[in-house]
Amino acid sequence: MSQPYAIIAEYDTPADIMAAAKKVHAAGYKKWDVHTPFPVHGMDDVMGLKNAQIGWFTFFGGITGLTAGMLMIYFMNKVDYDIVVGGKPLFSGFYAFPVAYEMTILLGAFGSLGGMFILNRLPRHHHPLLANDRFAAVTDDKFFVVIECADPAYDEAATRALLEGTDPQHIEMVEDAQ
Amino acid sequence: MSDAAGQTVQAVETHTPKELVRQPLVLNNRPLSWITDQVVGIVEGKMPVWWNVAFVVSFLTMMMCFGYIGYLITTGVGVWGLNHPVAWGWAIVNFVFWIGIGHAGTLISAILFLLRQKWRCSINRTAEAMTIFAVICAGIFPGIHVGRIWLAWWLFPIPNAHGIWPQFRSPLLWDVFAVSTYFTVSLLFWYMGLIPDLATIRDRLRIAGKKLNSGLDWMINRFKQFAYGFFAMGWTGSNRHWRNYEKAYLLLAGLSTPLVLSVHSIVSFDFAVSQVPGWHTTIFPPYFVAGAVFSGFGMVLTLMIPMRALFKLEEIITVRHLELMCKVIIATGSIVGYAYGMEFFIAWYGGNPYELYAFKNRAFGPYWWAYWTMISCNVISPQLFWFQWCRTSPWFIFIVSIFINIGMWFERFVIVVTSLHRDYLPSSWGYYSPTRVDILTFVGTFGLFLTLFLLFIRYLPVIAMSEAKGVTPQSDPHHELGGAKPIHPEAEGAN
Repeated sequence: MSQPYAIIAEYDTPADIMAAAKKVHAAGYKKWDVHTPFPVHGMDDVMGLKNAQIGWFTFFGGITGLTAGMLMIYFMNKVDYDIVVGGKPLFSGFYAFPVAYEMTILLGAFGSLGGMFILNRLPRHHHPLLANDRFAAVTDDKFFVVIECADPAYDEAATRALLEGTDPQHIEMVEDAQ
Repeated sequence: MSDAAGQTVQAVETHTPKELVRQPLVLNNRPLSWITDQVVGIVEGKMPVWWNVAFVVSFLTMMMCFGYIGYLITTGVGVWGLNHPVAWGWAIVNFVFWIGIGHAGTLISAILFLLRQKWRCSINRTAEAMTIFAVICAGIFPGIHVGRIWLAWWLFPIPNAHGIWPQFRSPLLWDVFAVSTYFTVSLLFWYMGLIPDLATIRDRLRIAGKKLNSGLDWMINRFKQFAYGFFAMGWTGSNRHWRNYEKAYLLLAGLSTPLVLSVHSIVSFDFAVSQVPGWHTTIFPPYFVAGAVFSGFGMVLTLMIPMRALFKLEEIITVRHLELMCKVIIATGSIVGYAYGMEFFIAWYGGNPYELYAFKNRAFGPYWWAYWTMISCNVISPQLFWFQWCRTSPWFIFIVSIFINIGMWFERFVIVVTSLHRDYLPSSWGYYSPTRVDILTFVGTFGLFLTLFLLFIRYLPVIAMSEAKGVTPQSDPHHELGGAKPIHPEAEGAN
């Protein structure tokens, strides 16, 4: 059974979609989005989006890497099997630093990429928009505004009228075939 | 359409002083879809004859490399030209050479991103791919040079049969972590950049697949849709996603920058932490990093100049891009030349006779030919790029880039071999020469490198399309080509 998922409007230029996004944001929609082939500069402000929170994932990844690296070397070379080499101390933060530093970066990088996937709720391979033929051009050169039917402010006639007022190239209803 | 666009640009330019007008990064005012067609066209189309020939040759060369590695493992390191005291021969030279090559990719993808150098967008994908393949080639050598390769796992933090852990005071172990982190983070960064472009290929395949109903073409199309779609992770170009994506990209660039500087510093610690005259110097970390970027840009140009010509990408990877890369080569090549001079100066000024002897022996001893090959390739050839003609003639840049590759390999040869062949005990002084196995294993790694690179050209977009589109005026909502209303009344008339 298929049910309506969202109403989509297609535009040709980034300036057009900026203008359209301003109007949709002003109309108070919540469950809506702008889809573009590349990040359009300034769109976050127009959509009223706050700063992305990825940094926390990077930070905790990095802290974990640094701690794990230092503790690993401390355990291996000082606690579990201590061998004196060249009269040097069994553990020192200096000689442990290069390895702990690399592990900071390694886990920080995993945190950043993983954080991006988690915050974006990806991977999501089955998405109603991915079944739409016109929408396929979003990864080429077209720009889309998508307003979900689940939005509390959604009203089929009113939303369509709002989008028509933004001079789109095309307006279409996307169904969720389940 | 293109005429109207051209007039608009002219109209805008008349209001900007000539010297402030920026050359566009994609020439001839191409529309956004042209970039997609041009780049995805390579993946969708049939490969030309030269690709097939090059692939067969590279593949056979790679197989030769694997064959010689098999011979080495089954026979022992005696098949190499190593002797006492030159126990580090071509394996370490090749390792440092390949790992250095990789550094240009990370510099382009991370450091130039942080510095907001928009021209990087046309070349970063290829350069990052080169990084990954170069690190794969590099990673082979430490693995096989240990002699008893079945004990290579002792490098990793796993206790051996006696419960003994690796010894973390050794820079060789730091190297294990540096190189494996470098490989992993480069791969993550590269993959992340690929996600939007894989989605482009996925969407084009889906539309093309609508026309097919059954048969082999349909099956291939379905399989490709699945494969590209799987790795595209369901990307829809949502701005809410782009927001997180761009932040994560910035953070990865921020992490890769100290990483790339640390990797070759740690590689240089392999030498600098020892007490061999000629190795035990504090200049090594910065000198190695500059040399790595220098050699990497040489290799980027060696690969990119034929690629842009053969696939007609001259309007995306323009002569200006090549020129800017040549400028990076002047900068890093001059740092390398300065480091060569400073090493000599400190060897004299430091007053240590053994150090001074090591350097005199480098330039005028039995390996003088290697030293002067290195100097002429690395110090003289980059200085040619002070002349604009040299920076803007692709065939000439290509030749110089080959010299840089040769010179930087010789630099590592000079460092490793000349320092070791005259060690503390004059009775063991000798002359080191490689064997056939040494030489052909190294040649074989080029087969591996080029095989991977050719596969990359065949199956993945060689230009980061979403980024290249993002730096065109057509993508700027405040530019007239991006649909903005003309600012200047005259321009309005022209429109």
